Amino acid sequence: MRVRSLLLGTMGTCTLVLVVWAGFAPIAVGSRDELFEIPKGTWARRMAGEKIGVLPDRIRLTLGIRDILLLKNSDDVPQIFGPTLMMPGQSFRLPFEQASEYQFACSAHASGQMTINVDPNPTTPWARIAWRTRELLRDL
Amino acid sequence: MIERITCRPACRRERFSRRFAVTALIFLQVAVATSIPVQAAAASEAPALKAGVFSPPRQAPDFSLQGSDNNELTLSHYQGKIVLLGFGFTSCPDVCPTTLATLAQARRKLGPDAADVQVVYITVDPERDVPARMKQYLASFDPTFVGGTGTAQSLEAVRKEYGILAQKKAYGSNYTFAHSSYVYVIDRSGRLRALMPYGHAPDDYVHDLKILLQE
Repeated sequence: MRVRSLLLGTMGTCTLVLVVWAGFAPIAVGSRDELFEIPKGTWARRMAGEKIGVLPDRIRLTLGIRDILLLKNSDDVPQIFGPTLMMPGQSFRLPFEQASEYQFACSAHASGQMTINVDPNPTTPWARIAWRTRELLRDL
Repeated sequence: MIERITCRPACRRERFSRRFAVTALIFLQVAVATSIPVQAAAASEAPALKAGVFSPPRQAPDFSLQGSDNNELTLSHYQGKIVLLGFGFTSCPDVCPTTLATLAQARRKLGPDAADVQVVYITVDPERDVPARMKQYLASFDPTFVGGTGTAQSLEAVRKEYGILAQKKAYGSNYTFAHSSYVYVIDRSGRLRALMPYGHAPDDYVHDLKILLQE
């Protein structure tokens, strides 16, 4: 009975500490870049009939945390990537400073458009918890 | 030992709460202390330009079109200046007039430095955008703006070199175009340095142009 109480107490404490940490600790990231890369050989594989999607239709960024779209063409040929044409080995780094929805014409997508949602910086505890939960789910 | 024997449930609860609070506080402090330096490091990597930057920058492809001033329009003619290169059409109801008004305002804000900045606007609608029409339209924003037109094939070739999309769409008995709405920033050496997406304020252009003008 005492062991059970101790166990429950420890679990409760840990959960609470985790929630408090998730809500109040500043969000720390190593880089603000959200990288999408065209791997080497993509063009050849496409020419062979393979369907390869590199960029999702919708990209979600967060101001002040991960608010720079970084596109990299590591293939051997020029490629239309996102909004622009990129040479082999070239990268394109696009920062965002306002939370909003951005639309770019993009021939690489079936819809002909790529949407980038830039969320506001999570300043409230709930927003931080939501952001961390979303990141955790994405990593999983 | 004595305490353990004499401590009642209320006392135990209080002791538990105290330990709980202390533990939570320690965890919180550790979390905050370990997070702050990393966040500061991330913030310091903010890019210098407001526009999207190409790395490494490639040489902007040259072109030869008919200018709105009835002369031949080439990109190389403007080497030594910063060129803001946009694509659109004079009948565009929203994106083009907004972009051109933004560019005109940015040039005004630059003051004398604006002499080193050239706006070149290439049409995606050669059917309607003849030189005279382009000249009149562009002059309503800024008389220094230069338009480019030509045959459908020559314009398509330029668009391909720059990765510009333009799709003709029926609009009642008329037609319109869905087209790439950004502006390329070409530096004094003729390198394609950056791409400013649609919707940026004149101050963002001024910010970037001042940096590039100092190079």
